[in-house]
Amino acid sequence: MSSSILFDTPGPRARRNVLVINIVGALVIVALLWWIIAGLAAKGQMEASQWDDFLKADTWMDYLLPGLANTLKAAALAIVGSVLFGLVFGIGRLSTNWLINGVCSVVVEFFRAVPVLLMIVFFNIFIARTLEVSSNSAMWAVVSALVFYNGSVVAELIRSGVHNLPKGQREAGIAIGLTRGQSLRIVEIPQALVAMLPALIGQFVVILKDSALGYIISFNELLFYGRTYSSPNGNVLQALIVVAAVFIIINFTLSKIATILSRRLSSRGVGKTKPGAAALVGGPAGLEAVEPGGAKPTPDKP
Amino acid sequence: MRKTGYAFAAMAAAAALTLTACGGGSGDDSGGDKVKIGIKFDQPGLGFKDGDNYKGFDVDVAKYVANELGFPEDKIEFVSAPSANRETMLQNNQVDMIFATYSITDERKKVVDFAGPYFVAGQDLLVKKGSDITSPEDLNGKNLCSVTGSTSARKVKDKYASKVNLQELPGYAECVTQMAGGTIDAVTTDDIILAGLAAQPAYQGKFEVVGKPFTEEKYGVGIPKGSDKCEDINKAITKMIDSGEWKKALEANTEGTGYTPNSKLNPPKPEACA
Amino acid sequence: MDNYLSIFTEYNIPGALWVNIQLTFFAAIGALVLGTILAMLRISPVASFAAIGTSYVNIIRNTPLTIIILFGVLALNGQLGLNLGGGFQENFFRLAIMGLAIYHAAFVCEAIRSGVNTVPLGQAEAARAIGLAFMPAARMVILPQAFRGAIVPLGNVLIALIKNSTVAAVGSVSIEASSVMKDMLDVRADIVIPIFLTFAAGFVIIVIPVGLLTTWLSKKLAVSR
Repeated sequence: MSSSILFDTPGPRARRNVLVINIVGALVIVALLWWIIAGLAAKGQMEASQWDDFLKADTWMDYLLPGLANTLKAAALAIVGSVLFGLVFGIGRLSTNWLINGVCSVVVEFFRAVPVLLMIVFFNIFIARTLEVSSNSAMWAVVSALVFYNGSVVAELIRSGVHNLPKGQREAGIAIGLTRGQSLRIVEIPQALVAMLPALIGQFVVILKDSALGYIISFNELLFYGRTYSSPNGNVLQALIVVAAVFIIINFTLSKIATILSRRLSSRGVGKTKPGAAALVGGPAGLEAVEPGGAKPTPDKP
Repeated sequence: MRKTGYAFAAMAAAAALTLTACGGGSGDDSGGDKVKIGIKFDQPGLGFKDGDNYKGFDVDVAKYVANELGFPEDKIEFVSAPSANRETMLQNNQVDMIFATYSITDERKKVVDFAGPYFVAGQDLLVKKGSDITSPEDLNGKNLCSVTGSTSARKVKDKYASKVNLQELPGYAECVTQMAGGTIDAVTTDDIILAGLAAQPAYQGKFEVVGKPFTEEKYGVGIPKGSDKCEDINKAITKMIDSGEWKKALEANTEGTGYTPNSKLNPPKPEACA
Repeated sequence: MDNYLSIFTEYNIPGALWVNIQLTFFAAIGALVLGTILAMLRISPVASFAAIGTSYVNIIRNTPLTIIILFGVLALNGQLGLNLGGGFQENFFRLAIMGLAIYHAAFVCEAIRSGVNTVPLGQAEAARAIGLAFMPAARMVILPQAFRGAIVPLGNVLIALIKNSTVAAVGSVSIEASSVMKDMLDVRADIVIPIFLTFAAGFVIIVIPVGLLTTWLSKKLAVSR
């Protein structure tokens, strides 16, 4: 536990102090929660009629679940696209050909620097005006923006994953007669992929969250449906909380899976790469796992 | 090195293929005997998707017209037609007709044809019942809400009330929510859209449309350029108006708001087809 | 070409980007303060404090930023009447800054925590050996080193914050870059790609120096061990 870095095992007096502060802390939380709930109640926002809509099957069948289905569909397409994009450009950046390397570097750095929302707004209009998928342009705008951004992040993950493999892996590959490319494909990338799995799952959380930006261009995802539903019923505050809760539950589960996976993987001998990857998807990074200087590419984009 | 190059090219090709394959997936041309109609899915009172049902004035007119053209309700497929996509959807023949608060303008006539109009709307204000705002000039110092990037709110600021405070939110639903909460004094867009918002159960009796439209928006039926359906659609619209069905549909969808459309311009007479 | 250049006289593109920089600047200060407090809570020996920090991070980090900013405008301002002052437009600007700060504080907290993890155990032991209590040890020994170790992750949070400042568009800040770009795309259908590339280039110009600066700083300030 990281706690042991900062303080000794507490003695009897310290334990008593901690207990007192603990109770005070708990009281502060209770007071804070009560203040929020009382504030909402004073505005008539805690009345059962505002909330019980979300216990009705129709609300979920007609609005929230179709919205969630669209969110998950867009996210799934974006994930597949990102991994493909990441593989192509990640390998491109590892290429020794200066042209391929240069082009891939420019593309990856560009899309990492451009706000996702800017891309979503642009693609929405671009696709609506030019491509045949126009009735669904909002979804494709969200998917393509997410693929370009997250694909670039995945490309960096792959590149750093390969860079952080022990040098002996490549040397051994070349020693048994593989070319540089074969060694990359057969030996290094598979290991890098395994090692970056937790970071990749962390990236899924980012994709899911960013898919909610589609709301701005009226992509009928979960947040959009939640708001469409609450509009005739006048409970937008409640809808936002329910929708946020759905996102939190899904993302929290994904983060937990990532943490467990990274712990599993770090106990393996091979395929161990960049320690930062594991630390940044939310796992309690042990001291030994992080080198001074910190992690380079942050997979967990806020 | 050469092999890496091939592998790279192959992967790029695979990625491109996958992306295009996904991209083409939505244009589904099954069932030639159905009519595809583009409507709004999130515009209460005009075009609104409620589970598997579609409600609103646009929907009612669309159903009537489709029926006259020989497509009863079970032969209609409603498709979401967001504002930015309407021209492209018609140009690509993804829909046969569009009933989606679609104003007839010269700019649009260059790329698509219009039948109708079936309604003449006008920009107006939605205010709280009993509000002292009776015209756009009264908005100086007041808080006005509209959707992000909409020209209607800026028109008010430029032409009528330079000291109005503008709030821009992603949709009209959010604007109405803000007005219910009390931070906003008025919402502006086409009058019938405002009436549809005010007719929602949570707000019935709370808001009213000022009723002095200050622009003229002819809602037409968007059809692909060169379509031969224009005359038939116009006949159907005229029949709907004459039979009283038009009035009934309008009243049903703005019930409880006391809204009456601009009677000088409504019900409109369909324009001659191009 | 003239057609393209006219967008610069018709619209104030640098001005729109400047709004994003302002949003970023104030939100960054807020996020840094709040995030540091959260990090202290999370590493403190008091279980209930740690629980507050942990639940904050877990809830906020897993919520879409769009919902947080929307919540500020529709729920806090619209329903509960929260007003941060400064006039009608300024209030939305401040609400957006608040939303951005609340969201990014969770990531600042995690960045600092990862920085704390770079501090070797011996440092804390040495601090205790010379008789420092928890707070002095944290303030004088652990955190200064932790911040240095956290420069790169903090820089990444800052870059994300710059880009995420565009989400203020949902919070009725309609003068920032993504909203202005949307207006321009609606009006100037003939040059949508040049318009997008112009704004994208603006962000690249803002973001890349920040990346270079953090790399340089982290090397310069690295604790040599």
